[in-house]
Amino acid sequence: MAAAVDSAVAAPANIPRPPDRYRTFIAIVSWAAPASLILIVAVLIQQAWPSVTKFGPGFFTGTDWNPVSNSFGALPFIFGTVVTSAVAIAIALPIGVAVAILLAEPGAQGVRGMLGTGIELLAAIPSVVYGIWALYVLAPWVLLHFEIPVTDHLASVPFLGGVPRQTSLFTASLVLAIMILPTLAAVSRDVIKAVPRGLRESTVALGATWWETIWRVVLPAARAGIIGATILALGRALAETVAVAMVIGNRPEIPHSIFSPGYTLAAVIANEFVEATGDIYQGALVEIGLVLILVTLTVNVLALLLVRSAQTRAAL
Amino acid sequence: MGVMYAFTVLALVPLGLVLWLTITKGLPAVTHLEFFTNSQRPSGIPGGGVANAIVGTAVIVSLASVVAIPIGVLSGIYLAEYGIGQWASWVRLASDVLVGAPSIALGLFAYALVVVPQHHFSGTSASVALAILMLPVVIRTTESAVALIPNGLRESGLALGLPRWRVSLQLILPAAAPGVITGALLAVARAAGETAPVLFTALGSQFLTFDPTRAMSTLPLVVFRNALTPYKDLQQEAWGAALVLVVMVLVINLGSRWVLRRQIRLARQL
Repeated sequence: MAAAVDSAVAAPANIPRPPDRYRTFIAIVSWAAPASLILIVAVLIQQAWPSVTKFGPGFFTGTDWNPVSNSFGALPFIFGTVVTSAVAIAIALPIGVAVAILLAEPGAQGVRGMLGTGIELLAAIPSVVYGIWALYVLAPWVLLHFEIPVTDHLASVPFLGGVPRQTSLFTASLVLAIMILPTLAAVSRDVIKAVPRGLRESTVALGATWWETIWRVVLPAARAGIIGATILALGRALAETVAVAMVIGNRPEIPHSIFSPGYTLAAVIANEFVEATGDIYQGALVEIGLVLILVTLTVNVLALLLVRSAQTRAAL
Repeated sequence: MGVMYAFTVLALVPLGLVLWLTITKGLPAVTHLEFFTNSQRPSGIPGGGVANAIVGTAVIVSLASVVAIPIGVLSGIYLAEYGIGQWASWVRLASDVLVGAPSIALGLFAYALVVVPQHHFSGTSASVALAILMLPVVIRTTESAVALIPNGLRESGLALGLPRWRVSLQLILPAAAPGVITGALLAVARAAGETAPVLFTALGSQFLTFDPTRAMSTLPLVVFRNALTPYKDLQQEAWGAALVLVVMVLVINLGSRWVLRRQIRLARQL
């Protein structure tokens, strides 16, 4: 990764090197990133404290969200976040891995290069643009061509019945799937690319077809990294705010169907924080933010470790 | 192989649809000159525009850039040139993790840090949130751009007796400039498109102002708030603002890919 040249230009041991002030200076400047991370968590803990002390662990199991009576339980939001993220991963994972396999194929680029550019542009579009598109175009279409037929035929299946709505957990999951796909595809591509070429070639030399090589050799070798990519994408899905807030329906309840409106942790902060009055209400929202950042940080560290170990192991 | 192509094309369908609809729905709004010169007006009053949001986005993102880009570039140089120790690996981990931090949490942080002590919403508080958002992007792109520069250039500078800081800032940084600048531009594009961190920091404002100590509007805020109103003319304005955002993001991203490819080719020749 980094090209450190210290060894190449090291002075002989008996000549003392002058202190490198420049190095000290930029080392101090580089504290900015870790310091801001720590500061963010510290400030959020401090702001969330009124709510943390008032509700304790019951905050995470309470289902009542009522600013009027100062009663706050975050379970409906946790439920919505977990369900939408899980459904989004279920949709995006097979597609993302297929894209990654295609983009990681060795040899001529051409068409595949352009497809890769397209996938990366997918990640560049601001989430609010996905939000307005999903609200006015995707949601009505999904209601008409997916949710209504499914609820008609599978009404007895748990989580699939009920009265379908445009703004629902499912619509939010679909938007999330589109938004996390580039992360999933790009990271998986890098991991698959890191699978040693000799492994592919020896498999092909044994007479395996392209499909057998991918399915039995390349994917198993890249498994840890693909899991890492999935967890990284999960972190993105958990943290996504405005696009979800625009299409999930924003109802603080635990719905019985995936086609009913719900709410997520990030969306409730976005919608209610400006109007939140009083230490407890604001504290409850900040506590939700604190949970969100702590969970995504953990998830990200885990994913990075998995991806990195997968890449170094493959490089050996 | 055909299956993989099919899945990839399927994955690109949303991109096509988003672009197509933003263009068709946004163009009617954007083709009036008032869209860029007038400020937002209430529904029913013709001649409204998003000049206030364009100015707000520009002011807030510029302020964030002034802070985040120098710090990010220097941190990136540190990682590339001295980045073997334990400390560097912490910086790297922190910036990788910061990229994935929920942007809404950055908004909460800036609210607590700036808005609460000042007792009012302001552009500067949004800049604080966006600066933190940009920082890791600038750090990692600078690191990879600087690491691409061959050691020969460093060694020839040092052999001429230049001090480390001059080698680093006057030889290596200019050589890596295209990569560093595109990284900074990508960070700017990302910051300009963010909604969550500005929701309760800049808050939004109907009025055109250049003063970052007051509440300001940004383009993503216009899209978010207007899209959720029941008024057709305001929704139209939202699509127009979305189109402006998409065009900006696409130009910066495609342009930066082109520059980066050239940079890699040039670095190989050095």
